[in-house]
Amino acid sequence: MTMIRATERPKAVTEDRLITDQHLPIDERITRIEDDSILEVSNFSAYYGKFRALHNVSFQIPEKKITALIGPSGCGKSTLLRCINRMNDLVPSFHGEGEVTFRGQDLYAKDVDPVEVRRRIGMVFQKPNPFPKSIYENIAFGPKVNGMNVNMPALVEDCLRRAALWDDVKDKLKQSGLALSGGQQQRLCIARALATQPEVILMDEPCSALDPIATLKIEDLMKELSKDFTIIIVTHNMQQAARVADYTAFLMMREDRAGELVEFSDTDKLFTMPKDKRTEDYITGRFG
Amino acid sequence: MTRELFEKNLRDMQEDVLIMGSMVEKAIQRSMDSLRTRDVKLSNAVVAEDIAINAKRYEIEEKCIHSIALQAPMAADLRVIVAILFISNELERMADHAEGIARINMMLGEGPLSGPIGDIMLMGTKSNDMLRRSLTAFVDRDVELARQICDDDDEIDNLYDSSYHSLIQDVIKTPQDVERITYLIWSCHNLERIADRVTNICERVIFMVTGQLEEINVSRY
Repeated sequence: MTMIRATERPKAVTEDRLITDQHLPIDERITRIEDDSILEVSNFSAYYGKFRALHNVSFQIPEKKITALIGPSGCGKSTLLRCINRMNDLVPSFHGEGEVTFRGQDLYAKDVDPVEVRRRIGMVFQKPNPFPKSIYENIAFGPKVNGMNVNMPALVEDCLRRAALWDDVKDKLKQSGLALSGGQQQRLCIARALATQPEVILMDEPCSALDPIATLKIEDLMKELSKDFTIIIVTHNMQQAARVADYTAFLMMREDRAGELVEFSDTDKLFTMPKDKRTEDYITGRFG
Repeated sequence: MTRELFEKNLRDMQEDVLIMGSMVEKAIQRSMDSLRTRDVKLSNAVVAEDIAINAKRYEIEEKCIHSIALQAPMAADLRVIVAILFISNELERMADHAEGIARINMMLGEGPLSGPIGDIMLMGTKSNDMLRRSLTAFVDRDVELARQICDDDDEIDNLYDSSYHSLIQDVIKTPQDVERITYLIWSCHNLERIADRVTNICERVIFMVTGQLEEINVSRY
């Protein structure tokens, strides 16, 4: 298995720098991503057969922050998300142009193993999809398949604790994951994603099938997880993006129906003082 | 999707600000008239009408809260609503200053006023003019006009300065009139505060348009 080369970790943004930034007029605040990005998408275009789904998307994903991708249906948010861990490789007609780099390494380079990419960049889907196995096995499955030599009971407990599910399920680890409520199932899926020890977690509308209470639990969990993981979330719920994301990217469909990145900035800036008229129209509900 | 209902709500709220603004303008004008003509009946009317201004402020505030809760406004829409919330509060406080002047007129007792009455009246006229123009800046989203009005506050500060010193001289010359003169100083202070609050409205207009929160012209008082 070809490993993704580990490069030196970029310098993290200190809390002080962020706090200082808040004193500046909103227009002068800088989206400082240059020196703490973990992922970089450069001039990336995605195609399904001849159809171009994404057009020349370029932006950087800061490490250990939550980045939201928002935009109208069909603008390519999920396509972009799936390009980040090469999930689109599973679609036969798919091909991409441009670069997606993870810690400086091109994820689409020939010697890169997509399975390893997906281990380092995990994914949680819209609908909770636990395996039809026990809660314990749901967590242990990934590490076993990946041949990870770990203390499995300890890893299972750690992942369930990180996913704020341990207290709910510690006495029923042998029960089926499918017996849990929708919100618990989604947290189980998050715990399962954590089990392979990824650095980035991609979430494709993780709360769209959940009620408001379960949604808030997942949002709290995302905030907690962002201390250790980089999270990228696709959401149709702008309030959710505003609540949880540190950075937000707004995508929109061009006339040729390819999605393009219109604006990417601090979430507070994007929702209070967007630079692009199209962003303003979308977030104020005047799009279309 | 054009959010017609929300846009109508926004228009209504802005209209409410203008209605409230004209109520406050009238209160300031009538309080100054009552002082100039020593008309206690008119002062009483200003005090009584303040209740309606307070009610208007709460009505606007309630509409803003409803819009925020039900329509989840963002970006420019959110800034307009936040600006309206602050502006209605400033207007309500300005009406309180006008009410204060009316009450002072009642406390001053009978007889003509002496002292820098011309300057005090001029402060009233200029402050009210600033208020009128600030509401024009609000409606027209006119940042330049808003900045210009903030600069005009210096004139009010100068008039306050000269009136204050003149009234202090009057106290020295006629110490037996200290109570009446102090009431006039209070009137001047109310007018100075009205002009300051106009600059606050202008700052909110600038915020509404640019998203920048800035203190434009810090009053000397």
